[in-house]
Amino acid sequence: MELTRRNLLGATLGATAAAPVLMSAGAALAQGVTPRRGGMLTTILNPEPPVLQIGVNNQTPTLIAGTKITQGLLQFTPKLEPLPQLAKSWTVSPDGLEYVFKLEENVTWHDGKPFTADDVVFSVMQFNREVAPRLRGVLAGIAEATTPDPHTARFVLKQPFEPFLLCFDATAMPIVAKHLFEGQNFRTAPAVQHPVGTGPFRFVEWQRGNFVRMERYEGYWKPGKPYLDGILWRIVPDGQSRRLAIESGQVVMTTATDIEPFDIPALRAKPNLAVTTAGWEYFSPLFWYDLNQRVGPLADKRVRQAMSMALDRNFIVQRLWFGLGRPATGPIASTTRFYDATAKLPPFDVAKAKKLLDEAGHKPGAGGMRFALKHLIPPYGEIWNRMSEYFRQAMRQIGIDVTLESTDAGTWASRVANWDYETTANVLYQFGDPTLGVERSYVTSNIQKITFTNTAGYSNPRVDELFQAGRTAATAAERQKAFSEVQHLLVEEVPLLWVVEVAYPTVTDKKLRNVIQTGTGVHASFDDVFLAS
Amino acid sequence: MSAFLRRFARNRGAVVGAVLLVLVIGMALFAPLLFPGSPWDMAGAPFQPPGEDGMLLGTDSLGRDVAAGIAYGAQVSLIVGAVSTAVALLIGVALGAVAGYLGGWADDAIMRFTEFFQTIPSFVLAILLVAIFTPSIASIIVAIAVVSWPPVTRVVRAEFLSLRNREFVQAAEVLGKRPLAIVLTDILPNALSPIIVLASLMTATAILLESSLSFLGLGDPNMMSWGFLIGSGRSVIRLAWWMSVFPGLAIFLTVLALNLVGEGLSDALNPRLRKRGAAH
Repeated sequence: MELTRRNLLGATLGATAAAPVLMSAGAALAQGVTPRRGGMLTTILNPEPPVLQIGVNNQTPTLIAGTKITQGLLQFTPKLEPLPQLAKSWTVSPDGLEYVFKLEENVTWHDGKPFTADDVVFSVMQFNREVAPRLRGVLAGIAEATTPDPHTARFVLKQPFEPFLLCFDATAMPIVAKHLFEGQNFRTAPAVQHPVGTGPFRFVEWQRGNFVRMERYEGYWKPGKPYLDGILWRIVPDGQSRRLAIESGQVVMTTATDIEPFDIPALRAKPNLAVTTAGWEYFSPLFWYDLNQRVGPLADKRVRQAMSMALDRNFIVQRLWFGLGRPATGPIASTTRFYDATAKLPPFDVAKAKKLLDEAGHKPGAGGMRFALKHLIPPYGEIWNRMSEYFRQAMRQIGIDVTLESTDAGTWASRVANWDYETTANVLYQFGDPTLGVERSYVTSNIQKITFTNTAGYSNPRVDELFQAGRTAATAAERQKAFSEVQHLLVEEVPLLWVVEVAYPTVTDKKLRNVIQTGTGVHASFDDVFLAS
Repeated sequence: MSAFLRRFARNRGAVVGAVLLVLVIGMALFAPLLFPGSPWDMAGAPFQPPGEDGMLLGTDSLGRDVAAGIAYGAQVSLIVGAVSTAVALLIGVALGAVAGYLGGWADDAIMRFTEFFQTIPSFVLAILLVAIFTPSIASIIVAIAVVSWPPVTRVVRAEFLSLRNREFVQAAEVLGKRPLAIVLTDILPNALSPIIVLASLMTATAILLESSLSFLGLGDPNMMSWGFLIGSGRSVIRLAWWMSVFPGLAIFLTVLALNLVGEGLSDALNPRLRKRGAAH
């Protein structure tokens, strides 16, 4: 089983990068539609971001709108294989230390200045190193960054880092203009308020609280593209108004959390609308119930196993998330690299869960309750409340008396950061690779008083070793071995109760074509999106 | 007593209100018998319309029985209404009595303090208090009591001011009765009728306040309340109207009942006022 997976991965990584692009053009032709030039794409931006410069701000709305202006060196297929964007080709040395990117040659910034390898090295070594805390560790591992010629950028690493290419998506490593940022405070430079990129659309106007307007950049480096005249991002803070906007055709696309899960079934039934949950593979958000391992009973793996068995993940996905997403099977989402389908959580089984708790010495007391736990509700809206209420009832079924605690956003973040909780819930992006987005929640070295670290305090020397092996191994095959073992170990230990692989819906008018083509979905540059007549 | 009842019964609305109120109280008391188990239990398939699946009023997004939620919600609403009113009365009557009886600087100080609270919009203050003390049934009761006592103080003070100089009070003073005894045994019993009427209306307001807080997500997350039911049903109202409509109806009827009863009490306790009102 492991061998076949390895072969599969090897094969997909080696596949020619251009194939999926050809495929998408082919798909459009197959429907008998040739791309039509013209038309405005009207869509929604929610919530309104503070700025549109990726890197300076990394909230989802910024990333979705910003990627039309700012590009990266690479983009990724749903299987997370690299595709060209500003880099037309790239090579990796056999020892995994040297990365050479050949850049597109006719690229200009929206202010007309040419794009060169200097911009790339500046963006990687200075801009992103400063503004992207998540990548700081990775970028510190670059020993040398050079520009052998104006259209070649070369990076030499201190030690092999196999997921290095995954860091070059526009959402993670935006390429910005050196001449607009050098020598300035990256967060306050004028270009942050008026973003200038290499993308198919240029920033035109932003009426706060109303809309953001982008227009086709006539000097775009792909001849004949983009097809659209421009994009109008309407700011609509109310959920029901957003639903009405897509239903009535005022907008032709909604993304991410624009539409509440419970509205999706009705929109699916509309003949003129298409709903898809594809295009989040690069991020693969995973929802889990967080268990603070410092809380008495939660230190016992049998208790955690029992709690995991008490959750009916199919019910949760179908009823609470309205079918958006899949039941989680372990710490690594099925759409993330190195996912191992053979590592499975024990199925939903209330009787067995009770038996496990008995064995762990937690006999039912008065009212059938064995022990009590508190659950801190993340204050981020309806679905979080429902998930917390579900958790309480599921746990009470097996005799764990859960009481809910309400709080506000600031308090939630600070209590989680300070380990001041018993149980709570969380969603984390995986960024395509266990080393980039999974490791942080389980390794001992990342037990920190900061949110999105290993705040649960789980510690297992073997897990640490395996994540370290997965991080430093030079080849995908070696990494698969380490990550397979760690997945088997973690589903046995259940440090966190993984529940749902969240998939956000993209709702589009069927006239709008070529929207979701990569593993980052609506975060693509949209240079080949068009409105069919 | 029978005269009181007769006067109360003369107001038909009040009788209807009283019957409704008894029904709601009965529902709260017998909720555990009517719906054994927790109102949070996922009893059936989600989003079942009323009548289906054995659920009289349908189920919510987690398959919880809306009827059970309303029955248990009655407990919370009535407890919050009664306790917060009692607390508000305690504060309001004490301050009003001191202000009205002592007069002078004590009166001035208490009235300025009361006005200070009256200038702050009460619902905003309640939200603030609950948010600061984290939502729980205790913090909600305290918040509602804190925002509802000022009118009581003013009413009690006014009653005391007018009773203060009556002959029976002067007589008591001449007889050497201690001020506390005069307040409690002579003045307060005579000032009771407006307080009782006010209390019934305050209970209604308190229930509304609790529902509004829960609707905004500031309810006790471990207590099923009507406001919570409406709040969680609001976003799916196009999908499951019954989730918001029935708890809304419960709040409407209870508040209406309390108001009707309050009016009936007012008629029964102030027969002369009633006659004068009827003459116009």
